[in-house]
Amino acid sequence: MKTFPTGGVHPPENKITANAPIRPLPVTGQVVIPVSQHIGAPAAPVVNKGDIVKAGQIIAAGKGFVTSNIHSSVSGKVNKIDNVTDITGYRQTAVFIDIEGDEWVDTIDRSDTIVQEFNHTPEEIIKKCLDSGIVGLGGATFPSHVKLTVPTGKKCDILIINGVECEPYLTADHRLMLERGEEILIGITILMRALNVDKAFVGIENNKPDALAHMTRLATGFKGIAVHGLKVKYPQGAEKQLIKALIKREVPSGRLPLDVGTVVHNVGTAFAVYEAVQKNKPLIERVVTVTGKFLKSPGNFLVRTGTPVSRLIEAAGGLPEDTGKIVAGGPMMGKAVSSPEVPVVKGMSGILVLSQDEAGRKEKEPCIRCAKCVAVCPLGLEPYLLMTLTELKLFEKAEAEKITDCMECGSCSYTCPASRPLLDYIRLGKTTVLKMARERNLK
Amino acid sequence: MNSVIPLTILILSAIACLAAVILWFIAQKFKVFEDPRIDEVQEILPAANCGGCGFAGCRNFAEALVKADTFDGLVCPVGGASVMEDAARILGKEAPEIEPLVAVLLCNGTPEYCPQTSVYGGVANCRIAHNLYAGVTDCSYGCLGYGDCVTECKFDAMYMDPATGLPVISDEKCVACGACVKACPRNIIELRKKAKKDRKIYVACSNCDKGGPARRACKVACIGCGKCVKVCQFDAITLENNLAYIDAAKCTFCRKCPIECPTNCILEINFPPRKQKIEAEAALNP
Amino acid sequence: MSNLLTVTPSPHAHGKETTGKLMLGVVIALVPALITSIYFFGLGAIIVTLTAILSCVIFEYLIQRFILKKPLSINDGSAVVTGLLLAFNLPSNIPLFIIILGSLVSIGVAKMTFGGLGNNPFNPALVGRVFLLISFPVQMTTWPIPSGFNTSYTDAVTGATPLGIIKGGLKGGEEISVLMDQVPSHMQLFYGYMGGSMGEIAAAALLIGFAYMLIRKIITWHIPVSVIGSFAIFTAILWLVNPEKNADPLFHLLTGGLLLGAIYMATDYVTSPMNPKAMIIYGCGIGIITVIIRVFGAYPEGVSFAILIMNAFVPLMNTYIKPKRFGEEVKNG
Repeated sequence: MKTFPTGGVHPPENKITANAPIRPLPVTGQVVIPVSQHIGAPAAPVVNKGDIVKAGQIIAAGKGFVTSNIHSSVSGKVNKIDNVTDITGYRQTAVFIDIEGDEWVDTIDRSDTIVQEFNHTPEEIIKKCLDSGIVGLGGATFPSHVKLTVPTGKKCDILIINGVECEPYLTADHRLMLERGEEILIGITILMRALNVDKAFVGIENNKPDALAHMTRLATGFKGIAVHGLKVKYPQGAEKQLIKALIKREVPSGRLPLDVGTVVHNVGTAFAVYEAVQKNKPLIERVVTVTGKFLKSPGNFLVRTGTPVSRLIEAAGGLPEDTGKIVAGGPMMGKAVSSPEVPVVKGMSGILVLSQDEAGRKEKEPCIRCAKCVAVCPLGLEPYLLMTLTELKLFEKAEAEKITDCMECGSCSYTCPASRPLLDYIRLGKTTVLKMARERNLK
Repeated sequence: MNSVIPLTILILSAIACLAAVILWFIAQKFKVFEDPRIDEVQEILPAANCGGCGFAGCRNFAEALVKADTFDGLVCPVGGASVMEDAARILGKEAPEIEPLVAVLLCNGTPEYCPQTSVYGGVANCRIAHNLYAGVTDCSYGCLGYGDCVTECKFDAMYMDPATGLPVISDEKCVACGACVKACPRNIIELRKKAKKDRKIYVACSNCDKGGPARRACKVACIGCGKCVKVCQFDAITLENNLAYIDAAKCTFCRKCPIECPTNCILEINFPPRKQKIEAEAALNP
Repeated sequence: MSNLLTVTPSPHAHGKETTGKLMLGVVIALVPALITSIYFFGLGAIIVTLTAILSCVIFEYLIQRFILKKPLSINDGSAVVTGLLLAFNLPSNIPLFIIILGSLVSIGVAKMTFGGLGNNPFNPALVGRVFLLISFPVQMTTWPIPSGFNTSYTDAVTGATPLGIIKGGLKGGEEISVLMDQVPSHMQLFYGYMGGSMGEIAAAALLIGFAYMLIRKIITWHIPVSVIGSFAIFTAILWLVNPEKNADPLFHLLTGGLLLGAIYMATDYVTSPMNPKAMIIYGCGIGIITVIIRVFGAYPEGVSFAILIMNAFVPLMNTYIKPKRFGEEVKNG
């Protein structure tokens, strides 16, 4: 069984919504759609207060190359362009739309028929991704058209599709593979054409045997796509670890997957690319797992962007009395939000509701030098050392110890028997070192 | 037996002399020439090694002073004017005019004014909390209260007031070295001109949100209404990004703006109580 | 909803392991050895163990409460482990005041002066043991031989340990084949029927503890295997070169404190290296130095000194021997 060689932890899987089919979540009242739901420059609003918009209509245009377009997820009237608190806890510009009806832009094909054929050139596919606001739906939200544009001098010979979903609790990708597997595979062939490759590997963790079997069976009908099962270990879904496990190539420190000849896309992104190219549908809704041990009816919902998270929790049976934290994403890398009114954005793969007990952090104790953090780090770093160097403000040393390689997976803090806040300090060290390096390059 | 002791003394003394000679030669060979004035200047510096001058310690600053043509831009905030004059005398250069400064926190968001809307469970470090989210209140610009500034202060001039959650800066001890300014991740500590009797008038707010959200987050937030700008006859107040700012260089302490401010975000410190206040209190207590 | 939401940085989940649980695991792993020593050494074993553990815990409490005035950490169980391991390095008939003094040195000097748990460079139990060995050489080298459950602990029947017999015999010019008749058989050594300190006698019990700690993921295999491996190879070479002047590797493995040292003392978290490469070098160093002391040195047993010597190199190893980084750029020639 394929896996990555160093590090990794085994948090309890808690995939309590694995058997819950995806249900569309109707939304009424108002949606609040932020203009920055991606890595790169925020989009600039192209509508004004009072404008009537349809679902799928562009409401904010991306600026520059690393950017993305934002489309309305509902039909109605623009109430205002104002600030909203997003999952980062800070405010950003958003378009507030009062919902009226559910009219979509006419060019969008809303039927369920699966469209297999396509004859777009790679450039056309990339442009379609840009126009439709497609970004990485694994959570990183990197603009897909940028990822598909291979710079001169670099080569890509294989596409890797991430169906791993290694975070505990999350089942959005799992259900998507089970219910829309064929569309995902068509999306993969479209991506293969965009990259000019004839090979694609799909990685799926072993804890989804039904999805693994289903996708393997379906893939026999598609040329060049091979489905592989992977050993369950967090963070198998991390890009570098996935590449290592599937094709045994190691992305060098500070470089990109393209430097070892591959590009990684999430299954959700492949599905969104299918919808964009074959159905003319921009990215305006996504599957979100709403879960938590104390929710009455956790499930997987098809949610329009801009829906307030409180609506999702309401659909899952309401917020339990004893709630401590609401996490956007999974428990290992998700962001805890300060209010349930934050809007759903393109990168939100799940909402996890934790009780006061589950949300608590233990008091930190002195480091006993057990080296468990070193053993579990998937990138071979030494978290205890990076934390100490950051506390002592020895940032040059931290840079030499490759603190910037850290992908913030959380395995170290998860494991530490002394409950030391390793990742908190390592993040601080990372941001300081990156700032230092930027200032150095400017000189 | 008797010859052992004098012989030992003789041999050991010879070894010691030889070692001394060798060391002297080595010291001469590896001698680094240093301008002797650097030592002289270093003598008169405060030896706090706080970095307030922008150099890595007092010796580094002394080197810079010796090498520089003029003292432009070279100031020891701890030693102040007297130290710069001494240095000028030693080096035969002109000492610039120095304005005494003091650190001021541009925020007054106590729990009473700025209600708590979430709980923070991470490490009690301002920079970590700032990178994570807006903070335990709805104001994403205000003081987080975990004391990065207090930790950095090497002159014992700051402490965290547990009742307000804000740092308190001592006017006597603050030497305006600027360490707290650099430490604050929200850049809301400012070095302002020190006035007589330690008086201050400043906008105790750094919130750049529009009036509505700012006021909703905090009762004493600056809502950017501009009334202070209008009432100031000395052009000392500017309004930018929904936030008013009083230029200490132009302010004459006429005390008109604190009364004008509808949210009481302009603070006047170390002034005698106003006539109306005295009369009002007298009326209550005859 | 009545409560405010809590916001913390990720991760929002935590593994089950705590410092206290790890220490408890080590204590549980040592229980088979404790039972064996009580079986062979009787009341003395119980008294020495209890005294060592209690005095270690009490000294840690007193020092933290009254001298350092810091928050207490006796709950994490590390003092208990130090006490237990110190006891396992002592003969079962040693007087109480010596045990208490040893605890004071272990906790007070070797652990607390460096800053408490996590900061000491040298293994505290071994520092205590070596201090006692040098200060009370007679009491610390008079080993009871197994004689069942004695009623009085100071009156235990004592004799030379197997290593002592071999070393003394070789010095006197005798040959191994003759000396081997004077020591217990390999099987007896395996089960613990030999003179020695309380913890080192029963190889079988120690190995059961080792298996437990591996399964519970308290320690990894790297240090014990490299200590035992390098030790076995070195003794095998010496034995093959001159079987009449060197005992066989299996004898060396089963006698003295090697197994106790390799499995429980060298693997002490605080004083051992932090990554697998360094751990293996550390273990090999211990194995080789132990053999050198045993064969060429004055003492019949060398594990304690070997471990302390290698402890001194651990900070250097941590600085210069790094774990394999993912995506390390291979330098082009």
